[in-house]
Amino acid sequence: MVLGMAERTKKQRVTNPREADKSNGTEQASTSVADTEKTDRLKAELDGLLDEIDEVLETNAEDFVKSYVQKGGE
Amino acid sequence: MAIPKVSGIETEYGIVVRDADLNAVTASSMLINAFLGRTQTKTAWDFFDEQPGNDARGLLLNEILAPEIETHLVNTVLTNGARYYVDHAHPECSTPECRTTTETVLYDRAAEEIMRLSMERAKAMLGNGGEIVVYKNNSDGKGNSYGCHENFLVDRAVPFGRLVSQITPHFVTRQVFTGAGKVGCESPGSVPGDIAYQLSQRADFFEEEVGLETTLKRPIVNTRDEPHCDPSKYRRLHVIVGDANMSEVATFLKIGTTAIVLSMIEDDAIGDDLMLAHPVSAIRQVSNDPSLRATVAMANGKRMTALEVQWQLLERARSWADRFGLDSVTVDDGKLILHEWENVLTGLESEPLSVANVVDWVAKKRLVDGYAERHSLAPTDVRLKAIDLQYSDLRPDRSLATRCGLRTLVDPTDALSAIEHPPTTTRAYFRGTCLLRFAPEIVAANWDSIVFDVGREPLRRVPMMEPLRGTKALTGELLSSCANAAELIARLGDTNPT
Repeated sequence: MVLGMAERTKKQRVTNPREADKSNGTEQASTSVADTEKTDRLKAELDGLLDEIDEVLETNAEDFVKSYVQKGGE
Repeated sequence: MAIPKVSGIETEYGIVVRDADLNAVTASSMLINAFLGRTQTKTAWDFFDEQPGNDARGLLLNEILAPEIETHLVNTVLTNGARYYVDHAHPECSTPECRTTTETVLYDRAAEEIMRLSMERAKAMLGNGGEIVVYKNNSDGKGNSYGCHENFLVDRAVPFGRLVSQITPHFVTRQVFTGAGKVGCESPGSVPGDIAYQLSQRADFFEEEVGLETTLKRPIVNTRDEPHCDPSKYRRLHVIVGDANMSEVATFLKIGTTAIVLSMIEDDAIGDDLMLAHPVSAIRQVSNDPSLRATVAMANGKRMTALEVQWQLLERARSWADRFGLDSVTVDDGKLILHEWENVLTGLESEPLSVANVVDWVAKKRLVDGYAERHSLAPTDVRLKAIDLQYSDLRPDRSLATRCGLRTLVDPTDALSAIEHPPTTTRAYFRGTCLLRFAPEIVAANWDSIVFDVGREPLRRVPMMEPLRGTKALTGELLSSCANAAELIARLGDTNPT
């Protein structure tokens, strides 16, 4: 199952650093390092995504949004 | 006991014509004809016995409502058991009936692939750079909305009034995980900039608690009483309040949690203390609050957040499952629904960004906020609305939803296979397999019957009034052992597997 694997991977990422922290007694300091790393990783991910949006977003956003007119449906 | 929650999704897609001179109706027809061109035989939809004006409250409004039947427009049934047609000025694809939520998600994904193939083939037909672009969303940002309707098999014995009052709290609050997100606001009297971002595409368009309409004065609970199966035993609850989701997990949660809540209502296991004082204003309050902290007035005088209502529903769903079992939604799916339901509520409560890989409105908001920050844009900047629209662009090279890391449930090869092959555990199997095997001898088909022309007068209509008959288990051997439709008709006379 794709779902199961993805979840396991996520759990490992989250739990492993914390277990390591407990064993060397510097839980708090290392957790904040882990948090910073996580924040950095998420920011890098978003930056990459925003670079992609800059590439693929409709070049004339104004025209695109203005001309996106649908008839009501249902 | 709750009956099996057979379900399906009908999606009307937005379209944009580029570098070609086509109106929306012609463009919609072209998409469908382009798709049918090579792979499918054109089998007409059969309008026999359609009654969209029947009201579940017992009124008959057929004479008041104009019939929605537009026989001159393309309207066809596919070998996977789906219906693909032009509805008003949109291409619409209705999935086949599915026994499990997992299958409904699969066929919703197959519908997306059908739209992608339609776009590719229409582009080749148009030439000169012309194309028709398809969007899986529900609003154009200018006050026009088009629907994504869910359908659930419900026991006719449940009093309709109780069904309405007990499902409404779920419809109003499930937006926290089913909302597809929207930049701006389209509710009557709103001013640009009032609401920068909201959870739902659709909440702005709901003006009534309950009613028959779908195109104006839209009601939270729609009363169309057109079961497309044995009306003495079943209802088809036609749900018009939801958004079209790009996230597969969001589609899974939308269908799965609703199937469970409907099962709980059938087993009278939900109670009346979650009823809202003002559902119509509540649906907008919830949608307009991405902080998820707003409270809505309950009928008992208390106030609750949407998340609190959802936690209550989940808790009751667990007790219901312990007491009645999960057979109505199947045990495997039921466990997964409860698991994903808890996960998404936990994530939304602690840090919504943690479910940006599951919830469309969170995923879209992350892009909108990030882009606004990077380019120092005002909340009303048109580029943010462009991101909103392009999130649901179904072209692989343009779609933003397929780029932002949404977790998937469907194997892409299964989605492609589901374009042609029907699910095996409902009557959609019989419909789809007959079309795969005997299309030249089929005059027309619809949800509850197939009309054959086997060369002798009169035409033969094979009824399929039971959604859970016509399955592979009941008809697979018969269908594979018949060389042609005439033989099938002759042998159907002996038994009644549909």
